Amino acid sequence: MDKNPPYSEKVMEHFRNPRNVGEIENADGVGTVGNPTCGDVMQLFIKIEGDKIADAKFKTFGCGAAIATSSMMTELVKGKTIEEAVKISNKTVAEALDGLPPIKMHCSVLAEEALQSALEDYFTKNPDKRVELPRLKKHKEPKEHKH
Amino acid sequence: MSEVMIYLDHAATTPADPAVVKAMEPYHSEKFGNPSTIYKIGREVRAAIDEARDKIADFIGADSSEIIFTSCGTESDNLALIGSAFANENKGNHIIASSVEHHAVIEPLKFLARRGFEVTHVPVDEFGEVDPADIKKAITGKTILISVMHANNEIGTIQPVTEIGQIAKERGIIFHTDAVQTICSVPVNVDDIGANLLAISAHKFYGPKGVGALYVRKGTKMVAHIYGGEQERRRRAGTENVSGIIGMAKAIEVASGRMENDAVRIAMLRDKLIDGLLSKVEESHLNGHPTKRLPNNVNIAFRYVEGESMLLNLDAHGIYASTGSACSSATLEPSHVLLAIGLSHEVAHGSLRFTLGRSTTESQIETVIEKLPPVVERLRMMSPLYKR
Repeated sequence: MDKNPPYSEKVMEHFRNPRNVGEIENADGVGTVGNPTCGDVMQLFIKIEGDKIADAKFKTFGCGAAIATSSMMTELVKGKTIEEAVKISNKTVAEALDGLPPIKMHCSVLAEEALQSALEDYFTKNPDKRVELPRLKKHKEPKEHKH
Repeated sequence: MSEVMIYLDHAATTPADPAVVKAMEPYHSEKFGNPSTIYKIGREVRAAIDEARDKIADFIGADSSEIIFTSCGTESDNLALIGSAFANENKGNHIIASSVEHHAVIEPLKFLARRGFEVTHVPVDEFGEVDPADIKKAITGKTILISVMHANNEIGTIQPVTEIGQIAKERGIIFHTDAVQTICSVPVNVDDIGANLLAISAHKFYGPKGVGALYVRKGTKMVAHIYGGEQERRRRAGTENVSGIIGMAKAIEVASGRMENDAVRIAMLRDKLIDGLLSKVEESHLNGHPTKRLPNNVNIAFRYVEGESMLLNLDAHGIYASTGSACSSATLEPSHVLLAIGLSHEVAHGSLRFTLGRSTTESQIETVIEKLPPVVERLRMMSPLYKR
């Protein structure tokens, strides 16, 4: 047994068995964040039915934490209303994973940005469905990556 | 979690040889004397250290008086670079280094740059090899020091140090080489190389951690960095790491008996691993020179996937390797070596390094060839960058 695992058991579980890998054809919202230069790219696909997120899928290029946070994000958003989903923050994701090492917290931030980006895509296509985003983030490059 | 370990990170460190551990033990217990003391148990230890020094000097074609014991390769590099730069600053302030040096060379050079020295980093080709002509072109009237590693730890490329040493000698410039990855792997002779300064680290050749050595050619001016007692002819104070020094000498003795055969055997396994992975995984390529390469180094870029996630998967199979990906480093920067050979950041992030060693068997190599391709495939299916 590994007494000093690099990640929590929950993170390892999501890494070993990621949920909802894939793409949604004709998705209602797609968010692509990060960039290959930084070593992290996340793509989140959401399908909306009524006011709920009926399905979510992801694709990620990145480390164990990046895969785990995007996998967890899809689990967290499925079945939620849009109003509930907009409240999901990077902290929600990190807590759901029983925590992340400090240097990997940016992966959870990226997952939050992926969700915001997917929702923004949906609202752009469906302006009448737009809801107030209490934690509206500007879409910016991950700030902590120096090159 | 697998119980069986397939350790393929020998460039990071190696287990101490049992003969080394055995040779060291008495120096913790009954032969514990301080070698600087006047009485019998101190003098005995002093004699043992002298013998160790002779062995190490012989191995690299040096004189015993030209060997300084340090705590590690990093200390040796720091002492060499900062010590020789400061000692020769009346002659000039320009230093030339390759762009693929280890951080133990890069960081002291950054320190020197902050102190007013000018450092030129000479680029490498796509195989990571420095062209001696480029070193020559970079020389000015103020050049006092050239530093080029004997072989690169990440991609295994062996540098043309003999030609560079010759150029340095012709111009009266000090030549430093970090031989941490080559000693006990390929022949290292200070006159063949023409080195003034050469760094060694015991834990890379089945010796203990916490001890290294620096070769300093007679006549090479160098300022000490640790002051105190009279040890190492006042070039590096501090009570010696006696057991470490004895262990290091023993490791060299063991290596001298088996180095050639090991190199042949390990190079065969290296090539088997390279061929196996490149043939089974599409869109993968070898990083570093195909032939002028350390016998134990494999470094392969796998497109569309990231290194740390590959390593975690391999870890689950008991396979231990390393990566040039930013995600696994503390700085979030990808390997400067991989960037220097022209890889994009993205491809640098997807590179894995396997470094073989004495414990590596053909069966272990076959296991890696079997286990890694499905790992890459699975990660590619998850990757937004991969389109079938």
